[in-house]
Amino acid sequence: MIWNPQRECADRQQMQELQASALQAMIRRIYNHVPFYRNRLMALGIEPGDIRSVEQLKLLPFTTKTDLRDNYPFGLFTLPQSEVVRIHASSGTTGKPTVVGYSRADIELWAEVVARSLTMAGIHNGDTIQIAYGYGPFTGGLGLHYGAEKIGATVIPISTGNTKKQLQFMTDFRASVLACTPSYAAHLGESILKEDISPNDIHLRIGVFGAEPWTGEMRREIEKLLHIKAYDIYGLSEVIGPGVSMECECQCGNHVFEDHFIPEIIDPETLEVLPDGELGELVFTTVSKEAMPLLRYRTRDLTRLHRTKCDCGRTLVRMEKCLGRTDDMLIIRGVNVFPSQVESVLMEMAETTPHYQLIVRREHNLDTLEIRVEVDQQNWSDSIRELEGIRRRIDHNIRSLLGISATIRLVEPYSIARSEGKAQRIIDERHL
Amino acid sequence: MLIKQLSVFLEDRSGRLTELTRILAENDVNITALTVAETADYGMVRMVVGRPERAKKALEEAGFTVGLTEVVCAKMPDQPGSLHRILQILTEEQINVDYMYAFSNSNVALAVIRSADISRVAGVLQQHKLELLSGSDLYQV
Repeated sequence: MIWNPQRECADRQQMQELQASALQAMIRRIYNHVPFYRNRLMALGIEPGDIRSVEQLKLLPFTTKTDLRDNYPFGLFTLPQSEVVRIHASSGTTGKPTVVGYSRADIELWAEVVARSLTMAGIHNGDTIQIAYGYGPFTGGLGLHYGAEKIGATVIPISTGNTKKQLQFMTDFRASVLACTPSYAAHLGESILKEDISPNDIHLRIGVFGAEPWTGEMRREIEKLLHIKAYDIYGLSEVIGPGVSMECECQCGNHVFEDHFIPEIIDPETLEVLPDGELGELVFTTVSKEAMPLLRYRTRDLTRLHRTKCDCGRTLVRMEKCLGRTDDMLIIRGVNVFPSQVESVLMEMAETTPHYQLIVRREHNLDTLEIRVEVDQQNWSDSIRELEGIRRRIDHNIRSLLGISATIRLVEPYSIARSEGKAQRIIDERHL
Repeated sequence: MLIKQLSVFLEDRSGRLTELTRILAENDVNITALTVAETADYGMVRMVVGRPERAKKALEEAGFTVGLTEVVCAKMPDQPGSLHRILQILTEEQINVDYMYAFSNSNVALAVIRSADISRVAGVLQQHKLELLSGSDLYQV
């Protein structure tokens, strides 16, 4: 089923007209109400009336995370506080959090795009959704919540953590959908095995996972553990939260709700717009949002866009699963390394688990990479020869994929901390 | 005449082995034989214990990675040539030993042997009239 066929299946010309008029109105709003944007546009000699088509987006300035921090907390709001009904903030690991505001219409818009997303995954009225994303300033919990209520599903707003209670609610309330981060989904799947819960007591059929990059191999692992079909939901709080794009049943990339969030791919170095199919940094312009619209916001996520026809019938542009964030990317001895690449190597091997951690150090001015991998509790050997064989195979596969060598360290199952929110995959001790 | 050996994967972390022996002690599990093989990063503890299933369950509940491996425990007189005789038989039968550990005390010597083809090891040694311990013998050792 398609929640909003008029928008999700619009032909290209209709979509461009829709985007153009929304973009014009958005530029007028930010020019009139946000000094930061007015100054930027004036510096470029651009008046709101100058922009008439989506094609002209490339003339406009970018917004970065630094701009958000510089205007902390409410400097980029277009509306007076009396019209802002909600504030979310993402925890900045360094410095100030990133703050976003929502008007009443923004909350409605958010529920709409999440409703489209859930419908896209085959979820409908009658489903029971266990929302194990964090509720609070993080957008995951409440974002999913409103969309799930909008489609008439039964919501279990359990938030993250307390695995025992998660499993109890999952079985007793017969949850049919699980929404959380992929690493927490894997953790719940393992806990089901560990607690010896019968598969007959688990009624899940669909998983909606996002908020951290994950690979196709990890998807298959989770699907096998939980006996579900797993879908990727993409979003970031700066744009709206979860529901910026979503996978359909074809699973050939995420459909971007481009009537509200116009995507572009740019070269992160030259800042030039790249054609469809080329890998670059994803940029969004939020044309419909009221309280805090962003112009060409640089997500730091690396992906590609595709506009070829999708079998699901939707015409919305698709983005590939993100390879990682530009700031997740490690540069080790001059080589770009994404945790997702390491993950794909591990997941292709039966003897390891998706639980790993990368530790980067600098010894005698040389970067070293250590990869800690948990041995698989179900599938390990007491023969040191075999364990060393596994270690050498990981080593070999990592080296042939990344082109750099790493120290592979096998560790005990459950010795790497399980995430209840986002997994901490990287420990960089270089302090660059 | 196969015996279930307890194998435990141990990360190289201080106190980990003590934690293991504490759990066995608390669960009233007697250790008949024990060996630790170590690599740079981790160790493998192999034990013959009185109640292997109970020990495995207790250790797993405490978060250890535990496996049960079938081994043969040969009993022989504590005198020169006893172990050689066993190995000679295995060599003649072209059976590879993966690992073994042995100990002798007051006229009796014991050798725990692991091979990929462990049932054949038991069969061959019994054919040669060698005494193998069974699980129920372990408390009497």
